[in-house]
Amino acid sequence: MTIPPGGVCAPGSTLVNKTGGWRTFKPVYDYDKCIKCKLCELLCPDMSIDPKDDGFFEFNYDFCKGCGICANECPKDAIEMVLEEK
Amino acid sequence: MKRDFEKDKKDMVVVEGSYAVASAVKSCRPNVISAYPITPQTHIVEDLSQFMADGEIPNCEYIMVESEFSALSALVGSSAAGARSYSATTSQGLELMHEVLFNVSGMRLPVVMTVANRAVSAPINIWNDQQDSISQRDTGWIQLYAEDTQEVSDMTAQAFKIAEDPDVLLPVMTCMDGFILSHVYEPVVLLDDDLVAEYLPPFEPEFKLDPKNPKTFGAFADPNSYTEFRFLQQQAMNKALKTIEDAADEFYDLFGRYYGGLIDTYETDDADIVLMAMGSIVGTIKDVIDTLRAKGVKVGLLKVRSFRPFPVEAIHNVIKDAKVVVALDKNISIGLNEGALFTETKASLYNTKIDVPVIGFMIGHGGRDIPVETIENIIDEAKKVIDSGISVESQFTDLKEELL
Repeated sequence: MTIPPGGVCAPGSTLVNKTGGWRTFKPVYDYDKCIKCKLCELLCPDMSIDPKDDGFFEFNYDFCKGCGICANECPKDAIEMVLEEK
Repeated sequence: MKRDFEKDKKDMVVVEGSYAVASAVKSCRPNVISAYPITPQTHIVEDLSQFMADGEIPNCEYIMVESEFSALSALVGSSAAGARSYSATTSQGLELMHEVLFNVSGMRLPVVMTVANRAVSAPINIWNDQQDSISQRDTGWIQLYAEDTQEVSDMTAQAFKIAEDPDVLLPVMTCMDGFILSHVYEPVVLLDDDLVAEYLPPFEPEFKLDPKNPKTFGAFADPNSYTEFRFLQQQAMNKALKTIEDAADEFYDLFGRYYGGLIDTYETDDADIVLMAMGSIVGTIKDVIDTLRAKGVKVGLLKVRSFRPFPVEAIHNVIKDAKVVVALDKNISIGLNEGALFTETKASLYNTKIDVPVIGFMIGHGGRDIPVETIENIIDEAKKVIDSGISVESQFTDLKEELL
């Protein structure tokens, strides 16, 4: 990829910029507690929670920065923030 | 300078310098003009607003803003949307734009702006020097300096042509000395709309803001790519060296007027003493040279038209055989006691085989008059350098010791 004049870019170009490495805590999702209310998907500031065909959700860890909003807002405490350790 | 005065005479009108610029802008068919008044620039946007009111600028939006910061910020958006964009400012107004100047250049938006050069505060002073634009030399804008009102009018069309060249895509400042040029009435040939249409093709950028085809302008660059952005801006400046020359040549072919490309020279071929200067002071220096040449003094003038990009090669070609070079600066870098033209000319000679002494005079600050006697005294000082070397490298001109 070369830089166009002024660095003009098309939509979606930030997909190459994987920000998952910014995380300290990682959201872990408990399907047994989830009631499919969709709040986590709606409130995720990075659009990194994707709906699945069965109505549940999954995290896209390539872009989740671990902000914890989903865990904080989940009415059923179905999301837990876990310290990521190598 | 090459010009057929006889041919131009029948088309001449006596107008204010600001009017000539405004008329030139109108002929360039701008789509967005942002305006904020500040002395001595005000008449330019005032005249443009009159043109707008009279319906003389079709397909154009005239935006009155609440500050110069907004004036230039508005043009970031309009230029990104593919509109030919223009504004004018000076002094404190230009300094208020400082942050946005970097944005315009970094986003490679070919905005054109006239600067009616004026001193900066404090103390407050509305008269001419070039401290305002010189202080913005590192913002990535092309800077051209005009000698008279005819040149700054014609330079406006050249500026759009240079800025919008796909190989350049950089904003251009056309600098005219405040009051000395902005408020003087003298005979000028206003730009002819049809000729300008032939000279300046429509602005059709490769990328523009368009809801149907979304693009991001001014996104961020992390350490992995920021360096390359800077390199590309510098590369565009390098390319502009030729584009500025070409724009001047093409203008001459169509309009029959030429003031130099990157530089212009006057009586430099056999000159022992070469004076370097920018802006309206050039006219005074030419008069002095005529007088002194009649007395056999080998003195010539190197007019620097493009300060950014800095035309190193063109300057070296002129001064390489001189015995002394004198740079005149209507600015000062306080703490260095030098003007920018002097500093950069000197720096450009280091590590080369050219061995010529260069001295600097800071002159005309805050609009102090520059009579021919002052130029003659400077040339006398230069003669001493030929005979006995440099005693003072850089100094203030006509300093009033009684006030100190």
